[in-house]
Amino acid sequence: MIDRNSWLFWPDNVALSILTLGILAMLFLYAARKPMHGVIHSVCNLVTQSTRFISRWLFLSADSLRLRNQAVLLAHSQESVASMIDREFERVGNIIRKDMQEFPALQRKLLEEATRIEEDYRRCGEVPPPPPEWVDALESISQLKSGGDMPRKLLEDINKSIQKIHDKTVSEYRRSYEERHKILKGMQPVWRSVDRLMGEMDKKMLTLHSNAKQIDNDMTKFAGMRAKDSKTEHALTVSAFVQLAISSLVMVIALGGAFINYKLIALPMSEMVGASDYITNSLRTSDVAALVIILMEASMGLFLLESLRITQLFPKIASMDDRMRRRLMLASLIFLVILAAIESSLALMRDMLVADKASLMRDLSSSAPAATEGWMSNIPMAGQMIMGFVLPFALAFVAIPLESVVHSLRTVVGVLLVQIMRGLGFVLRFTGVVFRRFARVLELAYDIPIVIPLMVERWVVVLRDNSAVKGQVKSGSAA
Amino acid sequence: MKRSLLVWIMLLGTFLLGACGDSRMHSQAVYMLVDTSGTYAQEMGKAAKIINYLLATLNPGDSLAVAKVETRSFTEKDIVAKVTFDRRPSQATQQKRAFKARIEEFSKDIHGSSYTDITGGLIQGAEYLNETKAGIKTIVIFSDMQEELGKGTVRDFPIKLDGIRIVALNVTKLGTDNADPRIYLDRLSHWKARVLKAGATDWVVVNDLDNNMESILNTR
Repeated sequence: MIDRNSWLFWPDNVALSILTLGILAMLFLYAARKPMHGVIHSVCNLVTQSTRFISRWLFLSADSLRLRNQAVLLAHSQESVASMIDREFERVGNIIRKDMQEFPALQRKLLEEATRIEEDYRRCGEVPPPPPEWVDALESISQLKSGGDMPRKLLEDINKSIQKIHDKTVSEYRRSYEERHKILKGMQPVWRSVDRLMGEMDKKMLTLHSNAKQIDNDMTKFAGMRAKDSKTEHALTVSAFVQLAISSLVMVIALGGAFINYKLIALPMSEMVGASDYITNSLRTSDVAALVIILMEASMGLFLLESLRITQLFPKIASMDDRMRRRLMLASLIFLVILAAIESSLALMRDMLVADKASLMRDLSSSAPAATEGWMSNIPMAGQMIMGFVLPFALAFVAIPLESVVHSLRTVVGVLLVQIMRGLGFVLRFTGVVFRRFARVLELAYDIPIVIPLMVERWVVVLRDNSAVKGQVKSGSAA
Repeated sequence: MKRSLLVWIMLLGTFLLGACGDSRMHSQAVYMLVDTSGTYAQEMGKAAKIINYLLATLNPGDSLAVAKVETRSFTEKDIVAKVTFDRRPSQATQQKRAFKARIEEFSKDIHGSSYTDITGGLIQGAEYLNETKAGIKTIVIFSDMQEELGKGTVRDFPIKLDGIRIVALNVTKLGTDNADPRIYLDRLSHWKARVLKAGATDWVVVNDLDNNMESILNTR
């Protein structure tokens, strides 16, 4: 056993030993003061320089990474906006081809309707009643001075005739008005048809207008991207973050679906590949087989959506000619249907296996058999089968959020990396500054234990200086 | 297209190769010795319960054998039923049903033996378990652990139980144990020392069959 007091010079006199040791240490530290200060200074300088160098490198790397990110982001966004503009133009083209094609016919129809309206309008113009021709005769009779009853009789006859003519004229006038009203009534559907045609034209023009507006917006974005506008870049970065969040959420939901799918087929897969086969110590072959089936379904879904040009993860598929692409689409769809059918049958097998095991457990525990619930007991089985068939197709759509994740992850990781590098650079820079100041602090801290020898040194220096001054004064006076 | 086809073929190949791996290393084998000597033969109901538990717990690919402990137990004739369950769960379930029927048949026609040769049963069990090449090997002894050897039966030599778990079940106390518990404790200590010396990995005693049944097997 090591003696606790073995380090003491005089174990019987601890205080004296410690004092001696203290003095020796002080003398040693005083002697080593200059080299130690040098070491402290050098080490701190080394740390400061290194951190400054690394920090500068980090800032430069962050800048170049940011530029690279910007280039990738803008290129990708330009590509997607260009494809959107393309699609909008395609839509406009379709509208023009489909709707504007009908415009001459529509215009002709409108012209015909307008001519009809004009004709009808002209026909229904008011015809004034003819002016009375008997007024002059009446005036002549009224100028007769004599004649007895003759003029009176004449006037009475004229009155009768006039009355008759008046009645006839009024009835003729009314009939003519009736006819005109009929014509006007007949114009109503024509007006309606004109109104409808005008409405249709308006609607088509409105669609075209909204498409043009969309193209305008896209073109503005495109122009911003071309100009490498910081506002556009910021908007695109934020959009990438939002897209990643949404896509990740959808992916998590899809993963939940895949997990249910896995649970559905893992047990029956053991019937196919054996339940006692293991790939590693804890990984069953049947579990891996179930996982492979699910991954195959997802891959087939990916190929299907890719060949439908919904996603564009594989440029090779996108650049295939249409015939080949259609073949690939058909092949992936057939595989997907086959896999869905397999999964559905596996779900049925699972139900049978579970029922068989439950029956065995009842036998082993010697309990009474469970009461059958008729058609109700078949509901879970049917549900499992339907789920087994539907889930692969639902899983196929995971390609869309996957594409979003792949594209937006690049931007998000890039932005985060830049931020991390800048943060790290700042921390290193700060550390460098701290170490530069810390060197002085350490030097002062080192001097604290040797304060007595330092005071002695200062006293000696002052004494020597004084004696030197005195010597100079003496020699001066002697001279 | 060709490349993706190649990838699928490789994946399938890996998958099939994986399926052909050594499955026995992950399987369990259980050899159950049932004491049929003297009054212990009356405990057959409890033994059947344990066998049912084993049948319910063992998985496809596992092995199970039930043998009786008689006057001289180092013989295949004492194995009442033995089975290695099929890799397919549906077939394994059928085999379990058949095994249960065989045990029920045996329990109806049980004859008490005059002597109890536990050591012989252990040697026979170790032989069976080693043949199965299972990853986890267990010998379950359903007995009071009181060995009584007949005249001419030699068992006082070192035995080999390398890599085998030994589980003693329902070790009932005899009349003499009640008078002097040290006899019971010495008996258990003697067996523990003997099996561990023989290379057994573990020695477990389970007397509470209602609540501690899961200690019988080393579950994966």
